Amino acid sequence: MTVLPSTRIYEGTRIPRPVPTILEVDPEKHSLENILTVNFGPNHPSTHGVLRLIVDLDGETVAGIRAVIGYLHTGFEKNMEAKSWWKSVTYAPRIDYVAFQANELVYVLAIEKLLGIEVPRRAIWARMALAELNRIHSHLVWLGTSALEIGAISLFWYAFDDRDQILDLFEMAGGARMHTRYFQVGGLAEDLPPDFTSEARKFCESMPKSVDEYEAILDRNAIWLARTKGIGLLSADDALALAQSGPMLRSSGVNWDLRKTMPYLAYDEVEFDVPVYSNGDVYDRYKVHMDEMRESVRIVRQCLDRLDEMEGEPWVADDRKVVLPPRHELHTSMESLIHHFKIVTEGYTVPEGEVYVVIESPRGEAGCYLVSDGGARPWRVRFRAPSFAALQATATVVQGCLIADLVAVAGSLDPVMGDADR
Amino acid sequence: MTVYAGVPGVIETREALGETTLVVDPPRLIEACTLLRDEHGFNFLSDIAAADYLGWGEQGVAGYIGTASGRDLHEPGSQGLAHVPAPKPKRFSVSYQLLRVGDEAARLRVQVWLDDGEPVASVLPVWPAADWFEREAWDMMGVRFEGHPNLVRILMSEDWEGHPLRKDYPLGGEPVRFSDEE
Repeated sequence: MTVLPSTRIYEGTRIPRPVPTILEVDPEKHSLENILTVNFGPNHPSTHGVLRLIVDLDGETVAGIRAVIGYLHTGFEKNMEAKSWWKSVTYAPRIDYVAFQANELVYVLAIEKLLGIEVPRRAIWARMALAELNRIHSHLVWLGTSALEIGAISLFWYAFDDRDQILDLFEMAGGARMHTRYFQVGGLAEDLPPDFTSEARKFCESMPKSVDEYEAILDRNAIWLARTKGIGLLSADDALALAQSGPMLRSSGVNWDLRKTMPYLAYDEVEFDVPVYSNGDVYDRYKVHMDEMRESVRIVRQCLDRLDEMEGEPWVADDRKVVLPPRHELHTSMESLIHHFKIVTEGYTVPEGEVYVVIESPRGEAGCYLVSDGGARPWRVRFRAPSFAALQATATVVQGCLIADLVAVAGSLDPVMGDADR
Repeated sequence: MTVYAGVPGVIETREALGETTLVVDPPRLIEACTLLRDEHGFNFLSDIAAADYLGWGEQGVAGYIGTASGRDLHEPGSQGLAHVPAPKPKRFSVSYQLLRVGDEAARLRVQVWLDDGEPVASVLPVWPAADWFEREAWDMMGVRFEGHPNLVRILMSEDWEGHPLRKDYPLGGEPVRFSDEE
């Protein structure tokens, strides 16, 4: 079974009623006269962006809470529906600006599914390597900022130092440090540079040591333990009912990782373990993130080995109706010039249909629902944002918390507001 | 093709690109969802996606925009040979993307079709995760979910007018104020 048997985090359900995302003050437990309502955010440095929490306090105890989002809504979906398929790829990584490569991947995979285009294996393995590097990147940002919020300032600098090395690798591959638009329909925008694998290997050597160091800083730090253990509880049943995914689900004892259960790319050909913890608290969410970074390094290593074997193989599909022709052909081939012109101006057309493609992003279930009318622009683009779903659990996980725990608990949900608000 | 036997209110079962869609009669949605959760193990509501099909299939979308005998450049919209997408039953579709978290992982899409203003029952009693997903569909598309205890805007501000993801809502529809205006 996918749920660990020891998952008895609490009895029954703690999801508030009637609205699952609003915790109302219970008049039997709290005297309404003592309630102080505090507005927390949206512009507070420790709310991971523009999350706003309206908190009802009884002394220092959180008696009621509701999360308010939308402050970073920028209309990505509407904008993408007005652009050609080819141009709209640029928008996808900007939605979840920390897990940019994952968003780009899910969008490109969804278009490819509608097109029925076959992607060369070198591109598949390069995508996996970059998606896993992006996972480490995202977890490092989470670790650095969450620890910073709880007061472990030094960790922030260490984590961002390692993060910078990953951004260097992205810059090497795609030319941009973030929002690379490196994945494109049919494969990659360019081949990986020749020394990419050797540089990435250097990173794979240093990263596991860094994770050990982070754990050495935090795991025996009494303040860190006191502020994370037994706080922000979420049971397996409640996590599933609230559509939690990724580290949120795996820290509540549910052994569920789409890379294992519904493999995409070539995840069924690599060896890795899925870390699962069963206490459902902030500390276990932290442990899942740490273990996942180690597992991602393992996957990246295997990808690099395969990429070395595939040196010189094609990195983009040979379909001139969808993929830009090589630059040098534009000077010699009329057909290539026409194809280039058509793709850049009108764009390619995608057969009529609807798909829902989901990948395991650093934050969990990241989905993309596409509807095509057979034309050059998407009819409907919809992103299933894991941060949006994670924030629905706010009212469930903060029960019994103190105001001081709120920062730790909200941070442990790992919301990226660009992802939640789109 | 996976058969989901005994689901009430199914109008049509579609299988395309490896994905199964059950089109359900809106009044029987709750019945169907409850059965899928309890009997077929769909314990995880991954997403609720609404789509607006206003103007769908009225014009050709790709291919040669013209007729076999050519086209008169002064007569716009002669769309004889272009691909025209197949018509849809109603203006709005609401797709419930279900997932089975368990030993036999599976995905399923339950879809209902609605006219403008036609309400559909909220699936919040079946999956609590529907709360914000339905609020977003209301905010962005104006789909009304009956029985939702808190159906208010979520991404746009409370006093916003219109539903931005509808096809008749213009891009850049926010009025811009200039400094010389009073």
